[in-house]
Amino acid sequence: MNAFLALLTRDLTLALRQGSAIGTALGFYLIAVSIIPLGLGPDLALLSRIAPGILWISFLLSAVLSVDALFQEDRDDGSLDALAIGPLPSELIAASKSLAHWLTTCVPLIVVTPLAGLLLNMELNAVPKLLATLAVGTLGISFVAGAGAALTLGLRRGALLLPLLILPLFAPFLIFGVGALSGAAGAFSQSILLLGALSLFSVAAMPFAAALALRLSLE
Amino acid sequence: MADLTNTETIRPGWFSTLANPTTFMRLSGKVLPWLAVATLVLFAVGLTGAFLAPPDYQQGETVRIMFIHVPSAWLAMMSYTIIAISSAGYLIWRHPLADVSAKAAAPIGATFTLVALITGSLWGKPMWGAYWVWDARLTSVLILFFLYLGLIALRQAIDEPGRAGRAAAILALIGAVNIPIIKYSVNWWNTLHQPASVIRADGPTIHSSLLWPLLVMAIAFTLLFVVLHFKAMRAEILRRRCDALIARHVRGDAARAGTEEAANA
Repeated sequence: MNAFLALLTRDLTLALRQGSAIGTALGFYLIAVSIIPLGLGPDLALLSRIAPGILWISFLLSAVLSVDALFQEDRDDGSLDALAIGPLPSELIAASKSLAHWLTTCVPLIVVTPLAGLLLNMELNAVPKLLATLAVGTLGISFVAGAGAALTLGLRRGALLLPLLILPLFAPFLIFGVGALSGAAGAFSQSILLLGALSLFSVAAMPFAAALALRLSLE
Repeated sequence: MADLTNTETIRPGWFSTLANPTTFMRLSGKVLPWLAVATLVLFAVGLTGAFLAPPDYQQGETVRIMFIHVPSAWLAMMSYTIIAISSAGYLIWRHPLADVSAKAAAPIGATFTLVALITGSLWGKPMWGAYWVWDARLTSVLILFFLYLGLIALRQAIDEPGRAGRAAAILALIGAVNIPIIKYSVNWWNTLHQPASVIRADGPTIHSSLLWPLLVMAIAFTLLFVVLHFKAMRAEILRRRCDALIARHVRGDAARAGTEEAANA
């Protein structure tokens, strides 16, 4: 457990002191949200209706684009090899890395989401619900993305391959995340529970796949 | 201490005997021509039945698309099941033939999925008035197609065959676990947005004049899959043998060059 926390603290410290990764993901998220009204037209009623979908999709894309570097830097400077021969099992290395991705990328994105919702004329009373779906759902997103990042680690065109591999797996998250805000009776409580189940399942299962992939890429 | 020199005591089971690449090459070589002929005969019977069947009272002549569409959709799912089982076999027992099976099945499964999507959209135009509607089934088959593409792309991105096989196997198992979840969520999504009855009335239970050609076509398609899969597996085994021979040749040359250098020095 100490080794797990030490690795997590190290990754968080690195992310905070470098800062560039968080900033890039935030910038990408805001530009993706802002560019969509340019394509759809400035109709506020339409934007307000589709705002949850736009925010969720932009969120997913930002998360996928930022996860590419999850293991890459550690692999390049050799610290991933050092971790692999250390006391921490690779399953926990993968879990710690995925959790660090959630804390350093998804949480900042959730924090700026109300601002992005404002740009899309989102109804104010829907904002807390949207934040709740994002908080519950994106934890699983980070863990699925972590497994994808481990699979494409060190590959040619890996950054391009990664979205192809994991975006199909995000379909359930997107469906339940946006479905929670559909306004249908009982939709919110039902879909946020399903979203939570999905996230917990990913947290439990994906580190094993990621660990297999990590051991493979370190051979 | 076990006597490791006595190989008589290690007796492989029937499955490992069958899974030996040499045995597989011999047996599949014998079986393939018969399977190919059976496939052709069944296709001839099934297609004749499909064209002689009376047009459906609701769908008219377009009902004939079903004879291609439905078996393709079945095979799209069956191929992924075979890939998932082979991948588990490869990850657990590291048996090369399981990897060959998973690798060979991926493009075939992707093709059947694409055929199911294309025939489905051709059928959808006269029935629904659009080539594509976001029906739950269409959507989940489309996502299945993307999973196939991901598998093929990941394998192509890795040069070393053993590593490529294991990475693809991990991805195939992640996909296999997620397919039921995706299917369920897409069903939920569709019923939430629009009642299923608007999109598709399942119509009357299928009439026997349509049912028997459909069953024959289903068997014909399954046999077609087996023939293509065996053929692709055989090609892959031969390719690997060629690679091994080339590698041995190159190593031999290098070794010879090394000894010559040593002799000249």
